[in-house]
Amino acid sequence: MKSLLNIRATLLMSALVALAGCKAEVLAPSGDVAARQRDLLVQSTLLMLLIIVPVMLLTVFFAWKYRSKNKEADYQPDWDHSTKLELVIWAVPLLLIICLGALTWVGTHLLDPYRPLDRTDVNTPVTEEHQTLKVEVVALDWKWLFIYPEQGIATVNRLVVPEDTPIEFSLTSSTVMNAFYIPSMAGMIYAMPGMETKLHGVMNEPGDYKGIASHFSGAGFSGMHFVATATDQAGFDAFVAETKAAGGMLDRTAYLELAAPSQNEPVRTYADVDPILFARVVNICVEDGKICMAEMMEIDAAGGAGHAGMMNLMPRYASADGRALAIPVLGGNLNMIQGFCGPDEEARMLTQRVVIAPREITEPGPMRGAGLTPPRGIFAKEPNQFSQIPPEAGAGKDF
Amino acid sequence: MADAPGAQPTTFLLGRLNWEAIPKEPIVWVTFAAVVLGGILVLAALTKYRLWGYLWKEWFTSVDHKKIGIMYIVLALVMFVRGFADALMMRLQQVWAFGGSEGYLNSHHYDQIFTAHGVIMIFFVAMPFITGLMNYLVPLQIGARDVSFPFLNNFSFWMTVGGAVITMASLFVGEYAQTGWLAFPPLSGIQSSPYVGVDYYIWGLQVAGVGTTLSGINLLVTILKMRAPGMTLMRMPIFTWTSLCANILIVASFPILTMTLILLTLDRYLGTAFFTNEAGGNAMMYVNLIWIWGHPEVYILILPLFGVFSEVTSTFSGKRLFGYSSMVYATICITILSYLVWLHHFFTMGSGASVNSFFGITTMIISIPTGAKLFNWLFTMYKGRIRYELPMMWTVAFMLTFVVGGMTGVLLAVPPADFVLHNSLFLIAHFHNVIIGGVLFGLFAAINFWWPKAFGYKLNVFWGKVSFWFWVVGFWAAFMPLYILGLMGVTRRMRVFDDPSYQIWFGIAAFGAVLIAIGIAAMFVQFGVSIWKRNDPAMRDETGDPWDGRTLEWATSSPPPDYNFAFTPVSHGLDTWWDMKREGAARPTGKYHAIHMPKNTGMGVILSAIATIFGMAMIWYIWWLAVLSFVALVAASIWHTFNYNRDFYIPVDEIEAKEAARTKQLQAAAGV
Repeated sequence: MKSLLNIRATLLMSALVALAGCKAEVLAPSGDVAARQRDLLVQSTLLMLLIIVPVMLLTVFFAWKYRSKNKEADYQPDWDHSTKLELVIWAVPLLLIICLGALTWVGTHLLDPYRPLDRTDVNTPVTEEHQTLKVEVVALDWKWLFIYPEQGIATVNRLVVPEDTPIEFSLTSSTVMNAFYIPSMAGMIYAMPGMETKLHGVMNEPGDYKGIASHFSGAGFSGMHFVATATDQAGFDAFVAETKAAGGMLDRTAYLELAAPSQNEPVRTYADVDPILFARVVNICVEDGKICMAEMMEIDAAGGAGHAGMMNLMPRYASADGRALAIPVLGGNLNMIQGFCGPDEEARMLTQRVVIAPREITEPGPMRGAGLTPPRGIFAKEPNQFSQIPPEAGAGKDF
Repeated sequence: MADAPGAQPTTFLLGRLNWEAIPKEPIVWVTFAAVVLGGILVLAALTKYRLWGYLWKEWFTSVDHKKIGIMYIVLALVMFVRGFADALMMRLQQVWAFGGSEGYLNSHHYDQIFTAHGVIMIFFVAMPFITGLMNYLVPLQIGARDVSFPFLNNFSFWMTVGGAVITMASLFVGEYAQTGWLAFPPLSGIQSSPYVGVDYYIWGLQVAGVGTTLSGINLLVTILKMRAPGMTLMRMPIFTWTSLCANILIVASFPILTMTLILLTLDRYLGTAFFTNEAGGNAMMYVNLIWIWGHPEVYILILPLFGVFSEVTSTFSGKRLFGYSSMVYATICITILSYLVWLHHFFTMGSGASVNSFFGITTMIISIPTGAKLFNWLFTMYKGRIRYELPMMWTVAFMLTFVVGGMTGVLLAVPPADFVLHNSLFLIAHFHNVIIGGVLFGLFAAINFWWPKAFGYKLNVFWGKVSFWFWVVGFWAAFMPLYILGLMGVTRRMRVFDDPSYQIWFGIAAFGAVLIAIGIAAMFVQFGVSIWKRNDPAMRDETGDPWDGRTLEWATSSPPPDYNFAFTPVSHGLDTWWDMKREGAARPTGKYHAIHMPKNTGMGVILSAIATIFGMAMIWYIWWLAVLSFVALVAASIWHTFNYNRDFYIPVDEIEAKEAARTKQLQAAAGV
């Protein structure tokens, strides 16, 4: 059975390579995560073909054999039930789905975009020596902003990463939903305003790859793509140095200017970045005076601001991202509370970010789920791996 | 208008309706001129041949489920032409906009086109089509004289028309939504879409949604309460079963859509924060809610067609349906499971791995009952005598096409695979594969199958075959390239492309779309030729049973009399009509009774016209008109409840005359 599967896999693979000739990036990616996703796609297809092909053949055969002109064929107008057949037609798809379901469960957990990489390619498990590159991604109208927090630089519509290095993307969006997708690296993940999502990926071969927006986001959507370059470490260091040398500062004012809607933006770079800018974007409080969502939540968690909340208000539709805001026709321009935390408190709240569970190392090789933490029972209370950090004890007392 | 700052300029009399609302696109002007010209011609013809009175009395105000069913299908066909024109324009743009060319559509126009294409095809083509089909067939199949609430039926139809009118009006006054067919916020929120597009979307769907929900309730009650004596649930024809399940889904899911759109309306009009970015709103809630409606909607569309395929397969194989009970349970399984899979539409929004796996696996589980159905059709053909009339040809084409769509669907249910294929043209190819290969092929099978029942003559076979082959080949040519493009990492809704290697595939897809266009044209020619030659004795259906049918609708004349059955039939098992024929049961004649029937009323037209005006007033912020029409709507509804002049009796003489003519017709047919 296994060898049969292998032969068919080889056949299909050669077909895939032919397709790859026409740049079927999904089927011939260069990153390990995308390759594993591709493998799962191929395995599932093969599994299903086991049933689809016979069904199609049977359809053609029955349609031909029992045509009315063929008087030789058996004709039993009242034959409408067979327990054995019924059993088969329910059991065969069921068995197939059990196999596919198992594959899905394991594959989905191993390839969860939130899960830190356990290997950079088939033979290289991630060890303590691997540096993870962090990139913060903001989907703007209609361009991509990449912030390298550890390098302190930022780029627009240009992503450069070192090869064979695990990359942790943190994503959000300024106004509407979007999705971040480098087909050659890893599957897509949505970038949504007021929310932070995560994606882990790796590039295994140097080169330029296309990066796209894969969720419709409005007028400038078609032009919202970028080149993702994978290079060796030296190349990456050179890129950082170049960017540093080119100058430019991405602070809150510069960000608001950048965030104004524009289409087909050329590449831009910034030598320096406000370190909590990304957190501010996630919390929708880049504008001066605007209350951060984290602050709002802390106030609410502490029981609300009470009368103090009625004192410093600002019009809700004042401005955002350098564009005038539309006022709902029957709602009027209501006031909303202004931020009133001090800079220290604000910084503390804004650094409370999504936490990722510690890396789980799996054995290199085919996906078997061996590396997954075994489930501890459905009702066992487990710490939620991906939640926000709970507010510190006593937080909010200040209000 | 996209960046209108702050409040939009309005006047008391016309709200924000002003000269700015006239689109600036030559393409729209030409369309507008063509529509006006065509409209004038149609109106002139109606006036010249004095058809206004006939249409009003016999059709528009009719509460006869058969006429309403036919009107639904006419609406669907008209809207289908619009939706398909949108598709052709997209295909042209996508094959054009390469190598630095912007194509011929700007983003404002193009984004409206793909949104309108999706909305129209689902809400104003597929839905009226299946509702019309169920309306026509369900009462006949269960031996009833009409639906449970005949006036409501008429009202539902006209509300659907009202929604379609609002949606079509956006083409010429203002704009349509530029958000994609589900209008996800924040893009559909007031900040990103301040002008009328999304409001057209909302009010068009709300008005039509009233119709859909009410017709769902109507058919549900009809099936549960009005079956002929002896017809237990497990003796219902399989099409009635699938209709029952589809209507359960409608009743349970459309209110979710209505509520979701109301919340979006509140966000847009009042500044509430259900789905906004700020003030605690969460756009993902909208995505969840809309798909909790949206996924069952897929099964609302396909289930009745599964019923059609079952009827067609067993009729043209001359055999009982294989595994009737297993078919029924499969349908029920699908109905229930369709509520447990909605999250597979957004695996990529960052749900945890366990959540994604759960919804992926529930989705795969749906393929088990669906697969069982497919096997049941196969084994119905097995040891049958298959006659390849047009309905059966469409069914075989469906079986071969749908399995591929089903396979790619299960593939997309594997979350890691979905991560690389979500929102790609692969997804587009998948759902067109199941909706065209399943829903549309089924509807074409149904039209060819039941046309003789509705009109008394068969459809032309030659043009039917031309249409069939162009459609099937065209479908494969138009959508297989999209699978490949999806694997090349091409996203949906793109307007302009950089990579020249895509162009050849878009070229093939555009060619396929042209083939489909020829298929559609051939279908209309088929209708025309058939109507023209309707008195050709070879095409006449004198017996009322042209295909050697199995279920009760074939027991009446073609077309059936207003009252469907002079005597309520009694069912003793499955395939009631087949059994009757086999046992040589005589057609009951003799002592007729006067038949109690509902009376026609124009109230459905009036109410829906007021609702449409209300929708337009809300879209354009014409508050005085909105208040006035809303009050009028409520007042007219209340007033109608006091109308006690709602029913009449068909006198015995009339029934006797009709039945005697029918006896003569049958004798003549038997003599030939």
